[in-house]
Amino acid sequence: MNRYPVWKYAIILIALLVGSLYTLPNFFGEAPAVQVSAAKSSVKVDTALQGRVEEALRAAGITPGLMQLEASTLKVRFDTTDQQLKAKDAIQRALAPNADEAPYVVALNLLSRSPQWLSALNAAPMYLGLDLRGGVHFMLQVDMPSALTKKAESLAGDLRSALREKSLRHAGINRNGQSIEVRFREAATAEAAQRLIQDQFPDLLTTTSPDAGDIKLTASLKPDAGRKVQEQALKQNITTLHNRINELGVAEPVIQQQGLDRIVVQLPGVQDTAKAKDILGRTATLEIRMVEDSSEARAAELGSGPVPFGTERFLERNGQAVIVKKQVILTGENLTDAQPGFDSQTQEAAVHLTLDAKGARIFRDVTRESVGKRMAILLFEKGKGEVVTAPVIRSEIGGGRVQISGRMSTVEANDVALLLRAGSLAAPMDIIEERTIGPSLGAENIAKGFNSVTWGFAAVAAFMCLYYMLFGLFSSIALGVNLLLLVAVLSMLQATLTLPGMAAMALVLGMAIDANVLINERVREELRNGASPQAAIHAGYERAWATILDSNVTTLIAGLALLAFGSGPVRGFAVVHCLGILTSMFSAVFFSRGLVNLWYGGQKRLQSVSIGTVWRAETSASSGDSSKGLNRP
Amino acid sequence: MEFFKIRRDIPFMRNALAFNAVSLITFLAAVFFLFSRGLHLSVEFTGGTLMEVAYSQPADLTQARNAIAALGYADVQVQNFGTARDVLIRLPAVKGVSSAQQSEKVLGALKQADASAELRRTEFVGPQVGDELAADGLKALAFVVVGIVLYLAFRFEWKFAVAAIIANLHDVIIILGFFAFFQWEFSLPVLAAVLAVLGYSVNESVVIFDRIRENFRRFRKMDTVGIIDNAITSTISRTIITHGCTQLMVLSMLLFGGATLYYFALALTIGILFGIYSSVFVAAAIAMWLGIRREDLIKNVKKEGDPDDPNAGAVV
Repeated sequence: MNRYPVWKYAIILIALLVGSLYTLPNFFGEAPAVQVSAAKSSVKVDTALQGRVEEALRAAGITPGLMQLEASTLKVRFDTTDQQLKAKDAIQRALAPNADEAPYVVALNLLSRSPQWLSALNAAPMYLGLDLRGGVHFMLQVDMPSALTKKAESLAGDLRSALREKSLRHAGINRNGQSIEVRFREAATAEAAQRLIQDQFPDLLTTTSPDAGDIKLTASLKPDAGRKVQEQALKQNITTLHNRINELGVAEPVIQQQGLDRIVVQLPGVQDTAKAKDILGRTATLEIRMVEDSSEARAAELGSGPVPFGTERFLERNGQAVIVKKQVILTGENLTDAQPGFDSQTQEAAVHLTLDAKGARIFRDVTRESVGKRMAILLFEKGKGEVVTAPVIRSEIGGGRVQISGRMSTVEANDVALLLRAGSLAAPMDIIEERTIGPSLGAENIAKGFNSVTWGFAAVAAFMCLYYMLFGLFSSIALGVNLLLLVAVLSMLQATLTLPGMAAMALVLGMAIDANVLINERVREELRNGASPQAAIHAGYERAWATILDSNVTTLIAGLALLAFGSGPVRGFAVVHCLGILTSMFSAVFFSRGLVNLWYGGQKRLQSVSIGTVWRAETSASSGDSSKGLNRP
Repeated sequence: MEFFKIRRDIPFMRNALAFNAVSLITFLAAVFFLFSRGLHLSVEFTGGTLMEVAYSQPADLTQARNAIAALGYADVQVQNFGTARDVLIRLPAVKGVSSAQQSEKVLGALKQADASAELRRTEFVGPQVGDELAADGLKALAFVVVGIVLYLAFRFEWKFAVAAIIANLHDVIIILGFFAFFQWEFSLPVLAAVLAVLGYSVNESVVIFDRIRENFRRFRKMDTVGIIDNAITSTISRTIITHGCTQLMVLSMLLFGGATLYYFALALTIGILFGIYSSVFVAAAIAMWLGIRREDLIKNVKKEGDPDDPNAGAVV
């Protein structure tokens, strides 16, 4: 009765094989490596690039280890971190000499040393969380109301020009919160305006109401359009963050949207955390406005007069004051690129801007009307604005390519280009959560987690073998298989392992042994009640199964709750917890029974099983006592 | 080896009142401490900045505290963490200053006082996120409670479900009470440990209920109290050995897991110890008082003359 059919043993063998295969990569350790990836979508990473990299390394006198060319990255392994750092410099000099125009990102990374055939099977080591690897984790919240307000502001400007074009006279347009209010003297003009808005501005919803003798037209963004603005703002910010993070040269950054208005950024393995925080923390937004050049404005600039109505005062980077109009002409959304360069005629340092189609059109209109006037480019950080540059418009500029030059050194041109590129956020962001783990702590945490699991396992296995003899040995082996399968599944799923996750591993082992204790105790009880050994084994496993199922389900409910509502390291704990329960059900019951059946199943006239002392209350010399147990009086 | 040579069914249920009185007293004490002292919540729930700084020699805490106070932070906690060389600094959230700037400035001040200061990790949680994490934690707890009640009601019967949940929530409150009394830090991993303990603890009660159900089937003539006593007695060895093994694992975590896992392991230890008490004594007693009967568990009543001989039972 205690025989497993061959197919069950086949399943066990396959499970063991797959388990070992996928656990192996975790033991190979990691090698320092350099990773080259494309910074722009137009640039390709191919064999030609590999050749260039090889040449650069040969010139520097470094022999690389394994070179792996994947879809969009080239990874080169080295033996020591010294070699790694020297190689990074050499490759960077060869491929991307000008840091601002780098077509490639050259980053330091740690790559698993597992051999090629394992990688071909998609067997990779577990994905280590930040608290085990070191690095930076940020959660940024996008200020959505601010994005909507800016959209309303720009729509107000568009509306103003549209009404002017159609010669519809109005008595004032202003933005009130996130809606735009236009006053009209006559109802007819108001209606005409309403029709115009419905034609040209399909995103706006309009209502009219009488207001102190005038007609007030209120236009607000439709909820659909509002949502689209928010989505676009979020996507734009994610792209900007991507660009900024590329500058840091981090391998495998994680930038993800979370919920409706949050972005999660994770930079594993970052050594210089201060610089990372600095670059990411710069949450700047860009605006282009016209400079006000009336006499009052000039007086205000010098500080001798108040700021005129409808304008604001900002400081330039060199400390000079500039008075700009409140109306925003263009925002960073419309800026697609900013590069430092040289003026074609004067060979002065200049910044070349590229605008998108809409921005180009707006810019052309504005420059046509304002030749000779000054335009200011403003960068807002945390609500405070600064004028990056305020050049004079010399002529109408179409085509979306704008050059800003004059009174700039090459260093300043570089800085301005960087600020403009980095500053083009659609909406401001705030850091609402941050976790920074230094690299030394990461390695320590791994060691601690590993030690806890190992020593705990050893202690439990030793106890089980002492108390339950051979059955205890089977239980310990089953526990080991549990751990093997758990690690294999985590590696296969590339689930994130955190320090609480390793603690969960230890806990799972402690709970998994419960199943085996249940079975063993039940077998002992059956033997105590006089059942034959084969019947005892059978009854033990059968009766214990229902209890094991119930108890595992309740623990699984707790694990699922943590998975659903947990975040960060706690989520790592929940993942390991749930997976561990599932693997424990397999190993503790199916696998251990397989072992027991293999050992005892074939013996037809089984006299006794090695399960430790089966103490009986009545007499001492009863048959069925363990051959290895002590004889107790 | 056999630790549990029990000749007779131990009459646990005779002392059911005493057991439950003890558990009620500890429960009330825990609630009292929770309200009077409150939990020492970590930065994750309250919001603020946490910095772990390591020195090359044992750190001078007063020096560090003065250096930070000089920056203008009045309410700063500076304490040792793990070894004498590691220092944990807790800064309240300051409006307008990003945590990046905060931690850089503080590190600068500390380095001036002692050049060997090295930043090992920082955590900054905005107050909004802190509130959300706390809310999520409560939701997780509610989910677990409801899930377990439903499952047990389905597998056994509602009286068992209620008994199990009361007994095991009592566990949870006791762990929280310990944390409030000793003012140990209550962080997210500790919350995870508490929920894991809840699941594990219910585990215990399930084993006993399962045995009760089996006994109802087997021992036709025994009364409810006798059946419960028998169930607990038969499973006591399994209960203690399992808890012992789990405690071995947790002990390994306490010793080798370092300061980060320390309170996590501590919460688990308390949960495991009190779990035995609540699941074995309290859950069964409450089930008994709620009036469980054979008919609750055995839906189809078989005819008399069942092959299950009532004499093939435990040794008396």
